[in-house]
Amino acid sequence: MPAHAGEIPKPNTAWIWKTFWIITAITALEFLIAFVMPSSTMRNSIFIILTIFKAFFIVAEFMHLKHETKGLIWTIMIPMGLLIWLLVALITEGNAIHEAIF
Amino acid sequence: MSTISPTTQAISDSALDKPRTGTWDGGNEPFNASYGKLMMWFFLLSDAFTFAAFLTTYGLIRHRYLPYTGSPEAFEFSTAYWPIPEKVFNSFPGLHGVDLPLAFVALMTMILIFSSVTMVLAVEAGQRFDKKDVQKWLLWTILFGTVFVSCQAWEWSHFIGGTDEGTLMNDGTRFFGANLAVNQYGPVLFADLFFFITGFHGTHVFSGICLLIYCFIATTNGTFEKRGHYEMVEKIGLYWHFVDLVWVFVFTFFYLV
Repeated sequence: MPAHAGEIPKPNTAWIWKTFWIITAITALEFLIAFVMPSSTMRNSIFIILTIFKAFFIVAEFMHLKHETKGLIWTIMIPMGLLIWLLVALITEGNAIHEAIF
Repeated sequence: MSTISPTTQAISDSALDKPRTGTWDGGNEPFNASYGKLMMWFFLLSDAFTFAAFLTTYGLIRHRYLPYTGSPEAFEFSTAYWPIPEKVFNSFPGLHGVDLPLAFVALMTMILIFSSVTMVLAVEAGQRFDKKDVQKWLLWTILFGTVFVSCQAWEWSHFIGGTDEGTLMNDGTRFFGANLAVNQYGPVLFADLFFFITGFHGTHVFSGICLLIYCFIATTNGTFEKRGHYEMVEKIGLYWHFVDLVWVFVFTFFYLV
């Protein structure tokens, strides 16, 4: 509860806008790359890295995970990390089906 | 006259009456997070699994089909290969026939990111017990969320309606737009995945808007003020940022890659 009713502290929003501009800049960069670079594995890798950057800023700052305890951070991050294996396994599977058909 | 029996007296004097302070008897909060926030995190983790399954499925199916290998300028829709997203999503409301690849989806992305910013501002205002600011930022978030869902509705109707030319299908007929069984853009599963992934995300945004409207009403009624904290705004904020986060991934894997 506030110390005295009716007394509201000044907003502290500089970090919010800073995060917003970072995410906006990354999105603009992605959009730019989509047009100046021809489609390739290299381009896709850049997109994925930039997406992970954006995800980091949203989760760490907006969702405040950076400021939680280490235990909570790992509880969320470890299961998410396991999904990378799912992605790799199923894309390999997709390629195998592709090879079998074409 | 007090009629407390000796037995009752004995119980109230026991350890049961004292506040619990130990680690394992409920005396502190695991991870220093409240029950509600922790459960929201675990729910979001499970929801992330669902979305990851969707996007992984997209990856599998896309790799299973032939990629388009010609030059982007010569691209034509065909059910024989996976389409280039920027050739499918290249229209903008009110600009009929103008080729604006990914422009509308970029706008939608910015609207949703901006709604995430107004959401953090609402959470920040809640921590300062600034009721007016909480109301203001919640309303902006509801507005941007609604605009996003409306944009998605337009995108869906355009996708379902199809282009002016349509595509000449294998059976010699011309097909316009898309449904779950046939579409003019590429393999059947392309449209199916579009409907399921963006639809599931849109449903999440819609649920989020409903929760935010509840938050706005409760803030206006002073419910959170009486409760002594605006934690509900923080929990729903977590959900809202998650929806934004999912869109960041959908944007990359469905529209950019």
